[in-house]
Amino acid sequence: MGAKTCFHCGLDATSSEIVYDNKSFCCNGCKTVYEIFSANDLGCYYDLQQAPGATPKEIEGKYNFLDNKKIVERLLEFNDENTQIVTLYIPHIHCSSCIWILENLNKLHPSISSSIVNFGKKTVRVNYYTNNFSIKALVKLLSSIGYEPFISLDDYSVGKKNVDRSLIYKLGIAGFAFGNIMFLSFPEYFQVGEYWLEQFKHTFRWLMFTFSLPVVFYCAQDYFISAYKGLKSKLLNIDVPIALGVTVLFLRSTAEIVLDIGTGFFDSLSGLVFFLLLGKFFQQKTYNFLSFERDYKSYFPIGITKITSEGKEESIQVYDIEKGDRLLIRNEELIPVDCILIHGNASIDYSFVTGESNTVSKTSGDKLFAGGKQLNGSIEVDVLKTVEQSYLTQLWSNDVFNKNKEDGFTNLTNAISKKFTITILSIAIFATIFWMFVDASKALNVFTAVLIIACPCAIALAAPFTFGNMLRIFGKLKFYAKNASVIEQLAAINTIIFDKTGTITANKETSIAYEGMALSSTEEVLLKSSLRNSNHPLSRSLYALLQDNDILTLNDYEEHIGKGISATHNNNSIKIGSAPFVGHSSESTTLNTAVHVSTNNTYKGKFTFYNKYRKGLSKLFNKLKKEYDLVILSGDNAGEKENLTKLLPAKTKLFFNQKPEDKLEYIKHHQSSGAKVLMIGDGLNDAGALAQSDVGIAISEDVNVFSPACDAILDASKFNSLYHFIKASKQAITIIKWSFVLSFVYNAIGLYFAVTGQLAPVVAAILMPLSSISIVVFTTVCTNIIGRKLK
Amino acid sequence: MSVIYILLAVSIVVAIAFFVAFVVAVKKGQFDDSYTPSVRMLFEDELIKDKTNKTILTKKD
Repeated sequence: MGAKTCFHCGLDATSSEIVYDNKSFCCNGCKTVYEIFSANDLGCYYDLQQAPGATPKEIEGKYNFLDNKKIVERLLEFNDENTQIVTLYIPHIHCSSCIWILENLNKLHPSISSSIVNFGKKTVRVNYYTNNFSIKALVKLLSSIGYEPFISLDDYSVGKKNVDRSLIYKLGIAGFAFGNIMFLSFPEYFQVGEYWLEQFKHTFRWLMFTFSLPVVFYCAQDYFISAYKGLKSKLLNIDVPIALGVTVLFLRSTAEIVLDIGTGFFDSLSGLVFFLLLGKFFQQKTYNFLSFERDYKSYFPIGITKITSEGKEESIQVYDIEKGDRLLIRNEELIPVDCILIHGNASIDYSFVTGESNTVSKTSGDKLFAGGKQLNGSIEVDVLKTVEQSYLTQLWSNDVFNKNKEDGFTNLTNAISKKFTITILSIAIFATIFWMFVDASKALNVFTAVLIIACPCAIALAAPFTFGNMLRIFGKLKFYAKNASVIEQLAAINTIIFDKTGTITANKETSIAYEGMALSSTEEVLLKSSLRNSNHPLSRSLYALLQDNDILTLNDYEEHIGKGISATHNNNSIKIGSAPFVGHSSESTTLNTAVHVSTNNTYKGKFTFYNKYRKGLSKLFNKLKKEYDLVILSGDNAGEKENLTKLLPAKTKLFFNQKPEDKLEYIKHHQSSGAKVLMIGDGLNDAGALAQSDVGIAISEDVNVFSPACDAILDASKFNSLYHFIKASKQAITIIKWSFVLSFVYNAIGLYFAVTGQLAPVVAAILMPLSSISIVVFTTVCTNIIGRKLK
Repeated sequence: MSVIYILLAVSIVVAIAFFVAFVVAVKKGQFDDSYTPSVRMLFEDELIKDKTNKTILTKKD
């Protein structure tokens, strides 16, 4: 027979023995989805892509908050008596089968009228009738077919988001005007003094003038605004010479046609704006499916179950939680506030917060922090603090989160623009003074010509095209940068700070070592059999490690929450768990997680769990150590210190027991002494450090699922390529510098024409696009060569 | 009146017509998602194929 995979989701189905319709399934959930699809003629789902599905999860009661009208109203995009429209984010959307099934939702329920998928954003927009149907029913339907939507506190403000399409409008208008003006100005390029041209040229010129109006006053307005802002804060950014060039072009051209002395430069003017906007558009590559602005709101639930004083369950908004409320946290639900455990077995997964994947067991009376996920049945808790005041969420009130990193950074283009603008202005003034004495009638002509031809179109295009293309290349290699300036800042860093857990350690893997008396084979069998019954993650990892043995039927088995497990078989008893639980007074306190074992009340030994570091970690550090200061800031205890010192280069600084605020302060401190910091982290506890650093990169095992606010997201599988990414960013800077040299050559040629007072519109019309296009070609070819080396 | 005015008028009207079409397209959100439609258009056939498949199956039964 061999290994079988689930027909629905592609997981291993060898041992499940669930066969339906001659197809094997890994679990009943997958089988049910298949049954739903085949009963509704949607079997095509499996033709488009092999094993495209996901196992539906148990969602009992999870979406009860959708009964709350206030919450629902916030989620709906459109709502009248009969129809409602809602857009839901579904992380599982990943292939064409997903699009197909979600756009055929109307076959699954008659009340759904239509649904449209946006693949890039992983959203589905559903239109449905409200008779016998509701958003809750829709969410349940989606979950039952394995497409569980993700509804978070972030969605709370939905409907207020307006899509900004202004750039595409501006680009369209500039292109439209550019093309038409080109056509209209063509006759005058070559035929001078012909009879029919003389007759109609005024019409042509005024038409060009009309077309140029929206270009100057709408398309180019961002440049004027930015130049004004720059001048106000005494900065000569690149937009200053651009705005100056556009203004001079427009004024001189208008003056020329009003006074009937020439055709003006409307063609160059519209071409310039069009190319500049094209560069902006190219640079604006965004990864729709990734969000770089996430804070706790993206992960926190929108509604929660409150137990009223009468003992009734009621769904309330998370923001309405008050101190002293009693809440019910169901299995797999996130704890939204700091609270005290009252009832139930808490087994909290803090991986959102710390990146640490092991769960923590708590007993009633223990304090639970916001951000943990309950994994073991329902619990009841008493609220200690409201959402905004909780330990984790307080981090976001720090000023770093309101700071725009780009503001404080002088990019290469703006750095060069300062010198450039001053040089051009002095050339223009000297040339004008010269012509005042030689031929005063030409003075104004020369002054404007210099400003026109020196308009730094090519310089302004070099960076957007280089970084834009680099961004795409990085994206293909699973390194997703938020914007172009991230690449520029990455090239400038000199200090790299790593978080430990989840960043340099592989999340789900641990290595386990046994210390103590050797276990006899009967003891091993007993150990294995006892572990089999426990769902504790440590038990699971240990169980997976031990060799297969016959499984015994235990006479007695008991799990002591937060302590360990005990079991008996025939006359043998075993205790597995914490040191005090197994009756071992630990003389040597180790900081690592350990599971102790005793049989028949005699202590045997312990299994110690060590972090497993990512493969190639020390190789990467050895490459990086030559150029950068390396630091590890860990929120954990110092248990791994010895291990890390062995693994990493000697000069790597190691810090343990760092709170989120400590990490942030550490980076701030080093930045004040001139360090450019690259922070690499993963959990929400690194969010402050990621925001404070010059470049914050989040490592993610699955880029679609989780990452805190950051500048770039790096797929964990590409962790070892980090050095190459930084190197490539540096090379990108070199490319831009060479493009500047190239555009200076063009400027020198143009300035020759301008200074000698012979700048004809046709020269400007040739030189301007030529320089722009050659820069674009140069940067694109160069970045592609670098990109090829990266692979 | 010279024919050139008519030609100019026609050319500008045509250009503006296309421009208006562009603005309408952007406004309708046609430029918001450039990937999904490329996949969606391949599905029209799938639905028909599905139905024919089914008739074959029912005949066999």
